Amino acid sequence: MDFQLTDEQRALKDGTRELLAGRFGRDRLRAAVEEPAPDRALWRELGAAGFFALRLPERDGGVGLGLPEAVLVLEEAGRALLPGPLVACLLLAGLVDGVATGERIAGLCDGAREPLLWEHPAGCDELILLEGDDGPAGGEADGRAEGAPGRTGGAYRSAPDRVPCAPFASVDPLTPLARVLDLPRTEPVAVDVPRLRREAALLTAAQQLGSAVRTVEMAAGHAREREQFGVPIGSFQAVKQLCAQMLVRAEIARSAVYAASVTESALDITGAKLLADEAAVRNARDCLQVHGGMGFTWEADVHLHLKRAWWHAERWGTAGGAEELLAAGLIA
Amino acid sequence: MDLSCTPEEEDFRARLRRWLGEVLPKLPAPPAATDWPGRRAYDTAWQRMLYDAGYAGLHWPRDAGGQGATPAQHLIFLEETERAGAPYVGANFVGLLHAGPTLAAEGTAEQRARWLPPILRGEEIWCQGFSEPDAGSDLAALRTRAVRDGDDYVISGAKIWTSHAEVADWCELLVRTDPAAPRHRGISWLAMPMDAPGVTVRPLRTLAGSTEFAEVFLDEVRVPVTHRVGAENDGWRVTMVTLSFERGTAFVGEVVACRRVLGELARAARANGRWDDAVLRRRLGRLSAEFTALWRLTQWNVSEAMRGAARGGQRGSGGVPGAGGSVFKLRYSHARQELYDAAAEVLGAGALDADHAWVADRLSSLSYTIAAGTSQIQQNIVAERILGLPKGR
Repeated sequence: MDFQLTDEQRALKDGTRELLAGRFGRDRLRAAVEEPAPDRALWRELGAAGFFALRLPERDGGVGLGLPEAVLVLEEAGRALLPGPLVACLLLAGLVDGVATGERIAGLCDGAREPLLWEHPAGCDELILLEGDDGPAGGEADGRAEGAPGRTGGAYRSAPDRVPCAPFASVDPLTPLARVLDLPRTEPVAVDVPRLRREAALLTAAQQLGSAVRTVEMAAGHAREREQFGVPIGSFQAVKQLCAQMLVRAEIARSAVYAASVTESALDITGAKLLADEAAVRNARDCLQVHGGMGFTWEADVHLHLKRAWWHAERWGTAGGAEELLAAGLIA
Repeated sequence: MDLSCTPEEEDFRARLRRWLGEVLPKLPAPPAATDWPGRRAYDTAWQRMLYDAGYAGLHWPRDAGGQGATPAQHLIFLEETERAGAPYVGANFVGLLHAGPTLAAEGTAEQRARWLPPILRGEEIWCQGFSEPDAGSDLAALRTRAVRDGDDYVISGAKIWTSHAEVADWCELLVRTDPAAPRHRGISWLAMPMDAPGVTVRPLRTLAGSTEFAEVFLDEVRVPVTHRVGAENDGWRVTMVTLSFERGTAFVGEVVACRRVLGELARAARANGRWDDAVLRRRLGRLSAEFTALWRLTQWNVSEAMRGAARGGQRGSGGVPGAGGSVFKLRYSHARQELYDAAAEVLGAGALDADHAWVADRLSSLSYTIAAGTSQIQQNIVAERILGLPKGR
């Protein structure tokens, strides 16, 4: 047992952080708030760096890495608030031509919950739709009974202009959303849908973890610098304890997410998503609180973390379903 | 990131399982919670069985009489003994988890030879004389004074919340040896025999009705200078070694126990119909994620310590756990309380029966956010040592 990052994993994580810091710094982030369409040039750069082909076998032009590495990379993406259908492209790189290199952008729409939401509807070159099922908590219920194909639901590919949808004002300014009004079941694709759902949940949890870690840093950084009553506000116990609780939440989420990436167990992934969602949402709120009035402004980045966390918490298994599934696991 | 066990570790697990399967059925029934001499005898007898089987001081370094096992093996040991329903460390707690490791790390050869073997064989029980009536969480405010008189220290003062004081042979005692020095610098760490003249123990009744701990009054107690561990006035540093052990490793085995109890709660709820309550069911589901994550955090911390040991940072104990222990302790102590609050919901009015094991555990869980540094103190440690926030008031 050596439940720590290997040197290669650490290098991958650091390298991703550097790449994103160089290509998606604060200026780019704020520009994206005004113009949230995926940045095609950046997408191609990420593709060239192997971001999307991370898990493709080397014989298929990929990097040949595993789920733990994908988690580390997406943790960094979540930390940087990188927008776009990242999880979809990472999971569909072997299925949709051009996605592995970043030339084309594929979206992934989960039919397990109403309403069916589609992120970046104007930015996708192709959409993969996953059918819903009758499980109590969406697709993850199937994952638990591994190899139970009867209730998996199908997957269909579609050109974006053939999907009837209704855009609406997304609460996350970096993630345009639309409601999908009808699932065109015209062109089935052969994918392991339960597995896709599990991995999408885990990679979304990884982004939540990254955001939770980042908001701890933001809160602690602000608490060290900002002075009130003649001292840094970080010297006040009330502020200190908020920050400490944030760190604890992030570290618990990290243990759960990393372990789930190793075990790939459906229950571990469900628990990891639950804890990462909680860490991202609550840390963003506490970070906002530590920032005081500044935190309530559009100018500060805190609200972007909170809004992204809300969006991610709605995807691939929500708290209620996760808790039910975990409860069922206790008596299984 | 690797969570799998090596063949050696699996072999260790298999041998341990076999041994537990043989010896546990032969154990006598545990004594009543109020029978302290009986509990001492039971706990030390279990320690002796571990010693005879070669499992005593498993993760202690070999030169301290331990087995020099890897932290991963220690984790397997905790997991398997709990799973098999083996007795807890009990009255041996302070000796095995605090005083022993501190003596192993800081004691002289003579001190190690004198005190470590009896701890490992279950012959001597230690208690912890850190807290004082007027100091509480502010450990450095302690006032118990030790004045040099020839080859002895003469000690006067009082300690409180001293677990196992009634049945202990030795006390790891913090005393002020230089009242003029800054508060953290004038403290020394002593091994005090509990039968020394001038030591008076007055048991305190806890809210659970038990006498887990006591007040200890010290009236001109003479302790040889040779019983001091570490340099004079260097006791604060020695203490930090002790406390990091306490926070880092003390609760590890209990996480396994909590996961077992959670499964029992779910089955009991299904049997009595409470399972139909979606709010309760979801609480139990959330706790399942919580305790799984705490176990993963344990594995993370232990792996980190193993790497530290491999780099030569510490000897075989696997390294002194750092502030990461505070992260674990903070989350675990609250999760444990939530677990037994959920148990009360499963029990309904049965939660008013103080003799029910879950109710007793619910009461004792109230101490977890206070003992070994309150949650508020732990949060300050995390904020200052990990997040680098300035010290304040």
